[in-house]
Amino acid sequence: MSSAATPMPAAAHLPPPPIPPLIGGDKTLAGVTRDICQPLEARPTRLWWIGLALAASALLLGVVSVVYQIAMGIGVWGLNKTVGWGFDITNFVFWVGIGHAGTLISAVLFLFRQRWRTSVNRAAEAMTLFAVMCAGIFPLIHMGRPWLAYWFAPYPNLRGPLWINFKSPLVWDFFAISTYFLVSALFWYFGLIPDLATIRDRRWPGLRTRICSVLSLGWTGSARAWHRYETVYLLLAGLATPLVFSVHTIVSMDFATSVIPGWHTTIFPPYFVAGAIFSGLAMVLTLMLIARKTMRLEHYITSRHVDAMCKLMLSMGCIVGLAYGTEFFMAFYSGNPYEQFVFLNRAGGPFRGAYWTMVICNVVIPQVLWLQRVRANFAAVFVISIFVNIGMWFERFVIIVTSLHRDYLPSSWASYTPTIIEITTLIGSFGLFFTCFLLFCRFIPVIAMAEVKGVLEPASDRHPSAKSGEAA
Amino acid sequence: MSSRVVLASFADEHDVLDAVRTLRTRGYTVRDVFSPHAIHGMDEAMGLRPTRLTWVCFVCGAIGLFGMLWFQNWANAVDWPINVGGKPWNSLPAEAPVAFEMLVLLAAFGSVIACLAVNRLYPGKADATPPRATDDRYVVAIDVTPASPREHLTQTLESCRVVDVEDRLVAAEDKR
Repeated sequence: MSSAATPMPAAAHLPPPPIPPLIGGDKTLAGVTRDICQPLEARPTRLWWIGLALAASALLLGVVSVVYQIAMGIGVWGLNKTVGWGFDITNFVFWVGIGHAGTLISAVLFLFRQRWRTSVNRAAEAMTLFAVMCAGIFPLIHMGRPWLAYWFAPYPNLRGPLWINFKSPLVWDFFAISTYFLVSALFWYFGLIPDLATIRDRRWPGLRTRICSVLSLGWTGSARAWHRYETVYLLLAGLATPLVFSVHTIVSMDFATSVIPGWHTTIFPPYFVAGAIFSGLAMVLTLMLIARKTMRLEHYITSRHVDAMCKLMLSMGCIVGLAYGTEFFMAFYSGNPYEQFVFLNRAGGPFRGAYWTMVICNVVIPQVLWLQRVRANFAAVFVISIFVNIGMWFERFVIIVTSLHRDYLPSSWASYTPTIIEITTLIGSFGLFFTCFLLFCRFIPVIAMAEVKGVLEPASDRHPSAKSGEAA
Repeated sequence: MSSRVVLASFADEHDVLDAVRTLRTRGYTVRDVFSPHAIHGMDEAMGLRPTRLTWVCFVCGAIGLFGMLWFQNWANAVDWPINVGGKPWNSLPAEAPVAFEMLVLLAAFGSVIACLAVNRLYPGKADATPPRATDDRYVVAIDVTPASPREHLTQTLESCRVVDVEDRLVAAEDKR
């Protein structure tokens, strides 16, 4: 190859384009406090009330259908003895996946010292918590007798004690999801403490100051406290990073440890983790683009943030696309007729609509993100993020239902159509998610003030002429 | 018993770092610095020792990992052995996921609880934040005695572009 020896083209000598600042609008420290706290102190906007009304209605619909299916038993679902998992586990895996981007942004990007994460990490972590809450509901309902859910915990009981079976992936899942929820909640709260102190010190009359005063635990911003705080934050990030990979790995093992064609593959753990982060990033983009517009956060969530998240989403989308291809190749290469049948059936069988929706939404559409022009167009990014959300929901549906509906014995072949109860439960889970998110936007600073202040360029760096002899 | 401190406020991150370094080289005792965000390099400027909280994290994690490995072995192989598809009673790979989750859970909660305890942060604690230190000011608390000459301190602070200086009486038990 001679290209290495050829001189650099002339274009390489052009100065690089200027990098836009992380936080726009030439903000001061007090400006950050004011901008983030003001929406909390003002009356909610009409848009917020409309959003809350819609979300709470969806939640109510979900509550009614959950109560109904618990009272009647899960026979009200469209499942049968061949297709034993349908909407329930699809929704469960979908919601767990959504949560993963929050931890990616808060922990993984923290370890990689990506300073742009500071504007989005608070909201992304909140999204993780709410998504895991939504996810947890589905296995709980699926138990049929959710009031016995505590049987999952290994406690000394009067049945022997008969311990739980620690060799079961479902038990692993219980431990993984509960740990994930608890550690995410802890990480989120720990990151909130300095901001709660900031709200407390604004001394806004009313209950909020008193609540923040209790929850901020007497935080003063002392350098000794910050020093330890930073260490523990780093430790939490270091713990949350393998945790987030373990969670979806274990979720994938619910499938991969079985002997169902299309599930029993070693690609599942990385494939699920990439898919989870992909769907989560799409949801972060959806939420942040809405929050940016409705809460006037244009200076905090800038084109640099959206651009970085789009690039991450694109790379994850490519990994997911590669996984789809690899699955097909392995089915062909394995020489296993059941495996081969499952994949041909996915692309051409009765659920081919779901399969091709998944491929178009997850692999084809995100490719336009290679274009810088598209990444800079927020309306386009918003539409793409919605497509990815839809595509990733269908991915889980395709994995679960197409593998199950064609059993080893053709006499047990069946089909699956969700009932209205299953659809309203899915709508209800979105209602729960958005209700929680809207309440979060209303009562908790959506942007981590203390972290944004840390990445703000000091005034002396921005206006060097104002001072003399200052070393940067 | 109570002692006196001078609270010197700064508006810029670089100024406060500069001030802490200058004050310490000139022999003043910097009791603490209050800031709205963590300042890179402040631990070094104040001469703080590295925290031992990492050890708390390690020990809690180890307890979670080995404790859960032992418990799974005891529960599924000793106390009530369950035959699952002819697998060994005490199958280590099958025990790894739950043991790992417990490692993370205990290490995370252990380090946060230890951090709050060492910083003496708890619900209902009366806050003693200097004005604006959680908003936009960097405040340095300097120990002073009634005998120490104040002009020299004022001069030093002014050379570091101090914004505001305030004298305060603090209870002795606040001293850490």
